[in-house]
Amino acid sequence: MPANNTFYNEVLTDHNMNPVHKHPIKDANMELEGVNPSCGDDITLSLRVEDGKVVDGGYVGDGCAISQASADMMLDLIIGKPVEEAEHLADIFHRMITGEVTDEEVDELEEAGILKDIRHMPARTKCAMLGWRTMDEMLKENT
Amino acid sequence: MTKEDKLIRKEFPVFENRNVIYLDNSATTQKPPCVLKAVTDYYEKNNANPLRGLYELSLAATDAYENARAAVAEFIHAPEPADIIFTRNATESLNLIAYSYGMHFLKEGDEIIISVMEHHSNMLPWQQVAKATGATLTYIEPDKDGCLPPERLEEKISEKTKLVSITQVSNVFGRENDIKAMAAIAHKYGAVFSCDGAQSVPHMKVDVQDLDVDFLSFSGHKMYAPMGIGVLYGKKDLLEKMPPFLCGGEMIEYVTLEGATYAELPHKFEAGTVNVGGAVGLEAAIKFVNRFGWDLIESRELDLTRRMMDGMKEIPHVHIIGSDKAEDHHGIVTFKIDGVHPHDVAAIFDSYHVAVRAGHHCAQPLHKFLGVMSTTRASLAFYNTEEDVDAFLKALSMIRSEMGYKD
Repeated sequence: MPANNTFYNEVLTDHNMNPVHKHPIKDANMELEGVNPSCGDDITLSLRVEDGKVVDGGYVGDGCAISQASADMMLDLIIGKPVEEAEHLADIFHRMITGEVTDEEVDELEEAGILKDIRHMPARTKCAMLGWRTMDEMLKENT
Repeated sequence: MTKEDKLIRKEFPVFENRNVIYLDNSATTQKPPCVLKAVTDYYEKNNANPLRGLYELSLAATDAYENARAAVAEFIHAPEPADIIFTRNATESLNLIAYSYGMHFLKEGDEIIISVMEHHSNMLPWQQVAKATGATLTYIEPDKDGCLPPERLEEKISEKTKLVSITQVSNVFGRENDIKAMAAIAHKYGAVFSCDGAQSVPHMKVDVQDLDVDFLSFSGHKMYAPMGIGVLYGKKDLLEKMPPFLCGGEMIEYVTLEGATYAELPHKFEAGTVNVGGAVGLEAAIKFVNRFGWDLIESRELDLTRRMMDGMKEIPHVHIIGSDKAEDHHGIVTFKIDGVHPHDVAAIFDSYHVAVRAGHHCAQPLHKFLGVMSTTRASLAFYNTEEDVDAFLKALSMIRSEMGYKD
């Protein structure tokens, strides 16, 4: 079996092959396209935010398994949560991929925590970050 | 491994030091100890700043550098060593042509012709020249299988065309273009012909006089030499009338506060302290290639390419870009796998210790032309073995299932 193939696990491939949130949503009130020009990952993320809470979310687009699955796991996590909580999780995710993070913080990310090892693949970090970065920008622009 | 494999593999210690099936040779090749030793020998025995010093050690450094130049001239059959300009790589060589020849001699109403399959390094400099001079940049298109018949050039070229720059072997298709025919067409219309030899010179005999190209650019590091040494060959009459590309030390004859007269060729184009170690390494790499010879190198690379392509055709959902004949690939096999992004493909290959390239291979417009976002590329060198190819095929056959597909 391949040795360093830790991130292409069932959770990731399942989110890539059978995404839950990869579709347009009704009555979105925020939308933003996120692109990684060098590798061609391209998603458009939509959210419906009501009374400071993420009520619904979805994305459409193309890209590698990591970019697509990461966006799907993110939406799993943030739908139903307050905007501040989504931003807090985005901060943890960002630090998990690029800097320092505690085990407790990784636990807060639930399934998305499986992407922790991407930090060892510098060329792929931006794939994992795409959905989160796009959401963060969008929330900062709109709130 | 065959006896021949073992003989060749012992020239590449990287394969003892690293568990890697290296199939990214179009990006850069591994380096044999004879090349590294030549570089070390130079620095241990002959190092001084060449070309200027009036003492024995500097003369030794100068000799080392100029001997390397002569070896390169012989390697590509240039008429004289002075026709060889050392650069950092093919990209710098192409930029030298663009900035020195293109910016100086092209003007509004003139035309530059390149092909859609060019590497960005043989595209962006011409876009800059066109923008700065007002010349138009015209593209010729290959067929979807990578074939670029010289007639395509004939259809577009006119008296307005002043420069044509085409790659000899595409870094995506691996297919060889008929450079000799295209250079003849360019000359018929009075245009200068530049050939990008980055992917051809390491894999076949290239004779600049037979091809009758005006310029040839290539990199040392794709042919077993160290990184940081490249070559520009130019016809003497052109190089002589071109202004310097970079200015500074080692490229002048006489300087006053108002200006300067420039050194003779080739030093006019080699401003600053030169890369003697790199040049010496390139000379050693040329000797290395000559020791094995083109017959052996080309036949091994063709056999391996054929084995790879035959195996790939048996694997469902794998699509080879370009011709389906191994002869048209020169060791470069670019492909797509249905439903799997090339970056995921490369990452899964890596987990099997197979190194391949994924992305647009610095040929974004070509990918757009082919209607694909990005691709994966396996590229061979003669030191690869049948075992390498089989390991590649085995990993390739696993990729869809690793991504969760059932077929």
